[in-house]
Amino acid sequence: MRAKHVTLLVLAAIVIASPFFFPSNYYYRVGSLIFVNGLAVTGIVILTGYAGQISLGHAGFAGIGAYACALAPIHLGLHPGLAAILGAVVSGAIAWLIGRPVLRLKGYYLAVATLGLGILVSMILANEAWLTRGPDGIEVPDLGLNDALEAIGIDLSNPQFWYFFSGLVLVLGAWVALNLHNSPTGRALRALHGSEIAARTVGIDVARLKLQAFVISAVYASLSGSLLALQNKFVTPDVAGFMHSIEMVTMAVLGGAASVLGAFFGAAILTTLPQVLTVFQEYEQIMLGLVMMLCMIFMRDGLLPSILRALRGRDK
Amino acid sequence: MSTLLEVQGLGITFGGLRAVNDVSFCVSPGEIVSVIGPNGAGKTTLFNMISGVYRPGAGSVKLDGEDVTGLDPYLLARRGLSRTFQNLQIFQTMTVLENAIAGFHLQEKGPLLADLLNLPSTRRRARAAAEGARALLDRVRLGNAAEKEASSLSYGALKRLEIARALALKPRVLLLDEPAAGCNAVETEEIDHLIAEVAASGVAILLVEHDMKMVMRISNHIVVLDHGEKIAEGKPEEVSRNPKVIEAYLGTEAAHA
Repeated sequence: MRAKHVTLLVLAAIVIASPFFFPSNYYYRVGSLIFVNGLAVTGIVILTGYAGQISLGHAGFAGIGAYACALAPIHLGLHPGLAAILGAVVSGAIAWLIGRPVLRLKGYYLAVATLGLGILVSMILANEAWLTRGPDGIEVPDLGLNDALEAIGIDLSNPQFWYFFSGLVLVLGAWVALNLHNSPTGRALRALHGSEIAARTVGIDVARLKLQAFVISAVYASLSGSLLALQNKFVTPDVAGFMHSIEMVTMAVLGGAASVLGAFFGAAILTTLPQVLTVFQEYEQIMLGLVMMLCMIFMRDGLLPSILRALRGRDK
Repeated sequence: MSTLLEVQGLGITFGGLRAVNDVSFCVSPGEIVSVIGPNGAGKTTLFNMISGVYRPGAGSVKLDGEDVTGLDPYLLARRGLSRTFQNLQIFQTMTVLENAIAGFHLQEKGPLLADLLNLPSTRRRARAAAEGARALLDRVRLGNAAEKEASSLSYGALKRLEIARALALKPRVLLLDEPAAGCNAVETEEIDHLIAEVAASGVAILLVEHDMKMVMRISNHIVVLDHGEKIAEGKPEEVSRNPKVIEAYLGTEAAHA
């Protein structure tokens, strides 16, 4: 119970206090990117950290969420906000349909099957140009919320608005994920992660629960894709790309997949590190890979859990 | 006494090897039936078939008259069959209390949306399960370890935790696979008392155990397996005098001596 409130307070404090240290408007942009990635990674925490299932295709759902915001307003005349919700529903429905057969697989078989799912979505987005305008991408209409705020006297620049809005969605997403952790469903997910056979003998419908985790995490990825598309006002098929899927999993594992706060730090580090490492110029990618390798070798539970444990060990 | 668990002609083959062949027996409420036999006799395989982990190649399992052959363990759990494992199956990253609460899954589960939003109904269900779990932990003397990580417990304590988790389901039939393995004399005696107590409350108990003293002491009925076949059954004193059983355990010469 206490850990949940600490996590929420820390996240809220980061969202509210960070801008006091921002030297320029550009940092709002980086911050909101961190929150958007953090939201997708929170979904991975539920799927991988709680339930122990891996997906290398979740960017596919981010792609669906992102393109829903571009396409639904054009073809269905929907407001972009409603389009994001539609995207989440479609992502959840696709995850539900595909999850049933795919989640019977384990370990790397599951990884490869979900990998295929992600690639399939990005191929469709890139190739079905009549619908998606192809690899060059497509504009996304304005959400209009910032203008509405301005009308009631809250005057935010665009990067500022998206920073706070993404931060708010992230905190809500973390709240839901933390609720789940301590709930009967979350306990059942963590139980089947620990021992599937023991979970079945206590009456847990393992197939159904894995599917629920898969659908919930798909909705997180979808909403994260929608947020990204709405604030960029433009989207390309890259959002559904293989690298984006890998990024989500890497962020979660690097920070600590079993913990919402840990995964958020993973997202924060991997979002900012490439910008920090630009001082290494052409060796940037190598440094990034090196940092990730060292973290995994020396802190296998992820950065945050490992650091917390080291601190606790010193107290004793 | 009416039969609660009825095993009829159960058999399974693994790649041409008959691991278990044509085994039948019954367990009534309040009765303790033990399955014994040398290593590799097929005891755990038999357990895995009854509890739905393996689908039997032949025969049937009936629970209170209903055919439940090959049903998934989670469906058997809903019908009141629960078990423990020879090689521990503990939820390692969860606390001792959470492991015990997991046993209350069928009582505490509810709508997903309520769980995501932490609605009062979810909190009520979780609280009731936690109370039940604490009472069970006290019963197996793990009350003080409730908040510890399960992986930090000793082997004997984990055995007791598994029994507590299985009891949480309020089973009608309880399958215990070597509950006293790796436990010292004191712990064995505790488990011994616990099993007798549970049986006295009307639960049908099927036991696999290597500790012969314990088996002879607490069983009402013993089924002896060798090479996957039932070679004898009866009351403890009958079985211990049976020449076939002595042969299976000690070899042919001892039986003739």
